[in-house]
Amino acid sequence: MIPEPKQAASMAEIKNAVIEAEKLGLTFHTNDGPVQALANVNLSIGKGEFVSFIGPSGCGKTTLLRVIADLEKPTSGKILVNGMSAEQARARRAYGYVFQAAALLPWRTIASNVALPLEIMGVSRAEQAARIKRTLDLVNLSGFEKKYPWQLSGGMQQRASIARALAFDADLLLMDEPFGALDEIVRDHLNEQLLELWGRTEKTICFVTHSIPEAVYLSTRIVVMSPRPGRVTDIIESTLPKERPLDIRETPEFLAIAARVRDGLRAGHSYED
Amino acid sequence: MDRLRDKIIPVTTLLALLVVGWYAFAVVLNGPFQRDLDRRAGEVPGTLEFLVKTWSQPKPTLPAPHQVAQNFFKTTFTVKPWSNRSLVYHSWVTLSSTFVGFIFGAALGILIAVGIVHFASLDRSLMPWIITSQTIPILAIAPMVVVVFAAIGVTGLFPKALISTYLSFFPVAVGMVKGLRSPELMHLDLMHTYNSTRPQIFWKLRVPASIPFLFASMKVAVAASLVGAIVAELPTGAVAGIGAKLLSGSYYSQTIEMWAALVAGSLVAVVLVALVGIAGRITDRAMGGRPA
Amino acid sequence: MMRGFVWQIALTLVLVLVGAALEVGAAQGTADVWPALGVVAVAALLAAAVATRPLTEAVVLFAGAHLGAWLLLSGITGHEGQAGASFYLALAGAWLLAWRCVTVLSAFKPTSRQAAAVLGLVIPVIFGAWILIIWEAIVRGAGIPFLLLPPPSAIAVRISASAAILAADVNQTIFKAVVAGYAIGCCTGFAAAIAADRFVFLRRGLLPIGNMAAALPIIGVAPIMVMWFGFDWQSKAAVVVIMTFFPMLVNTVVGLTASSHMERDLMRTYASGYWQTLFKLRLPAAMPFIFNALKINSTLALIGAIVAEFFGTPVVGMGFRISTEVGRMNIDMVWAEIAVAAVAGSVFYGAVALIERAVTFWHPSIRGG
Repeated sequence: MIPEPKQAASMAEIKNAVIEAEKLGLTFHTNDGPVQALANVNLSIGKGEFVSFIGPSGCGKTTLLRVIADLEKPTSGKILVNGMSAEQARARRAYGYVFQAAALLPWRTIASNVALPLEIMGVSRAEQAARIKRTLDLVNLSGFEKKYPWQLSGGMQQRASIARALAFDADLLLMDEPFGALDEIVRDHLNEQLLELWGRTEKTICFVTHSIPEAVYLSTRIVVMSPRPGRVTDIIESTLPKERPLDIRETPEFLAIAARVRDGLRAGHSYED
Repeated sequence: MDRLRDKIIPVTTLLALLVVGWYAFAVVLNGPFQRDLDRRAGEVPGTLEFLVKTWSQPKPTLPAPHQVAQNFFKTTFTVKPWSNRSLVYHSWVTLSSTFVGFIFGAALGILIAVGIVHFASLDRSLMPWIITSQTIPILAIAPMVVVVFAAIGVTGLFPKALISTYLSFFPVAVGMVKGLRSPELMHLDLMHTYNSTRPQIFWKLRVPASIPFLFASMKVAVAASLVGAIVAELPTGAVAGIGAKLLSGSYYSQTIEMWAALVAGSLVAVVLVALVGIAGRITDRAMGGRPA
Repeated sequence: MMRGFVWQIALTLVLVLVGAALEVGAAQGTADVWPALGVVAVAALLAAAVATRPLTEAVVLFAGAHLGAWLLLSGITGHEGQAGASFYLALAGAWLLAWRCVTVLSAFKPTSRQAAAVLGLVIPVIFGAWILIIWEAIVRGAGIPFLLLPPPSAIAVRISASAAILAADVNQTIFKAVVAGYAIGCCTGFAAAIAADRFVFLRRGLLPIGNMAAALPIIGVAPIMVMWFGFDWQSKAAVVVIMTFFPMLVNTVVGLTASSHMERDLMRTYASGYWQTLFKLRLPAAMPFIFNALKINSTLALIGAIVAEFFGTPVVGMGFRISTEVGRMNIDMVWAEIAVAAVAGSVFYGAVALIERAVTFWHPSIRGG
């Protein structure tokens, strides 16, 4: 019922890929023996795409994102980011990374948290101020520059951390379940804002989630993964238009894609049962 | 295997470096005096001979490790343990007041902690003083306590143990207050849903939760107790104990004896802390704690 | 009305009555305790009457307890050793009133911050005052020779009379030995911690040694340091250096691991170098630990310097004064020196704690969240 992922086809289609993974594998050595976190992952992501990685916990979706970010080294296969190795890409600050938690430094104000990557990258003071203003505007946090992170709500903190990832203008945004810890209402709101931001900035976004509606709502492509070993089981192209109001989630088209994602997830699971 | 790599090898390497550095330092510190001696005797020793001489002076500025080890061995194993020259004797004198003081101090600390946890007025009035008193150099009263008690005819173990008690009760009181308050709100609420009484909550929830805190603070307390006992021995006119040994050593410049006494004191400290640690582990195991 | 008669009040009245009965039958010539008995009894009854208004009750109890105590103390002064049972009964009554006062105050749940701060200060101050009152009353009442245990008032007199000597001792011990030793010890400990952080092997070796050093009676090196560096403050500073080095080392090394994995990954995504990560992330995150060491060390430094002076000094210094005045049985001077040391220790600690509040304002334990 589930078609084999058409990886070869999508590889050929995408020119100037931002991310290219070929037969990517990663095995952790734990006390309980080796764990295959990623096995034979082939993937290609083009410029301006919004790609979601979805799957149950342990399927390697976060690990895949971390390999792209050079936070983990693959044990086999090849990964290219912007046409160079992940390590070189990291050294050139090719991407902004948003973690599961906001991870804002509590001793810095919101403005100076956004300034953190700029300071490290040696951006001039004047330029820093301009970028802080621009990115905080972008995530609707103007007026909170002088607040400390712990004085803000969870949703605002996560928006600030997105601003921090945007501050140095990398073309690629890697987001690891950024809204996982937030409640449904805040999450809806941030999803809407994220889409708007993506439309305005035309960045490439890789987005890890375990929420089917979130993945379908946001993405141009959905990568379905399954655990033990972590691998890609399906890649679904979204047929939704680029303009997506929140109520698009009640349309039959949306529900059809969601159903396909759910099928893919279930198929991945059927191995163990 | 990992333990060997992560702990034993680095620690022994550093300790070996320390011993080498110690020998080198001994040459630097003892050298001038040795040169002086040689000049007066009209001798011109070779380098090696000179080095050996700096490591074998009878009253060196810094005794070499083997001199300290020899003295330690001699005064520990070759003399009768009850003789005045035996380090075992002096250690025992110090240890006994440390131990008595520690037992009373720990008991007092636990009692006060129980009081503080149960009475708001004690918490508000006594707790600030306990915390403040940790910022005070309490050890400074040691000589006075000893001398004043001597003036009214109380000498020996009691005044020393009193200082040890005083020093060891603070960490235990503070640690136990923290421990008795460590149960989570959810567990306390659970006990309330059972309509349990205060003693029940105390014995079934607070006490078990406080055990790790108790042993952690007792490790600090036993070390403090030993320091208290040693310092309390300083003004006794140098009769017995590790502190007295240090003082008499400093009067007569018997540096080797002083270092040996320091080694003995350190060994006693390590043994005491280890004993508390072992007791803690046994208790933890008996209470069904996970092996770490 | 009846609910005002809590056990402290009831017991106070009983004590006062017994005291009065004894006093009627007592011989003349002893200290006059009638005013105190009267004040305590009136205050107890008044407190019971206004028990529905806790603030008024607390004020009445406070006034009654301390006026009673003051009357007792001024009555016994000049009649040392002549206190009868009624004196102690009156004292116990006044003390019970103070206890009740603290209990009433502790039950307050003030809404404003200032009120809570004042209350947080008043309650322990009452407790501390009563330690001094009881000390004073027992020493004077039982006629304990001042030579052995001087009352607080005599110590206060000694402090004001010997201010110049005490100032010279503080200057020698604290402003020379402690400050120099503390600065050097903390800085070298910190530097060693950074080195241990850079080199894993060094960390693995140093951390267990540092942890063990915390248990050792390091103070014992004092006589050796006096031999090496002479009688003046340098030898005391050396003891302080050794005592403060290890706590700083251990706390800083542990503190440098306090930043979370996520935060360190964040710095990695910026391709941040070791020193950048150290200064922007790991050192600020380690600050609560470093300040913990600074606070521990403030006490250790004072102890180290004072005890080291027991082994020989020039004729000035707090430890020197304590050991020589003990020898001459000038115990009031010893207490004066101890009081000064206590104040100095608290001020030192308090100053470090204030700086800590300013630097680690973001930490949950400080911002109270």
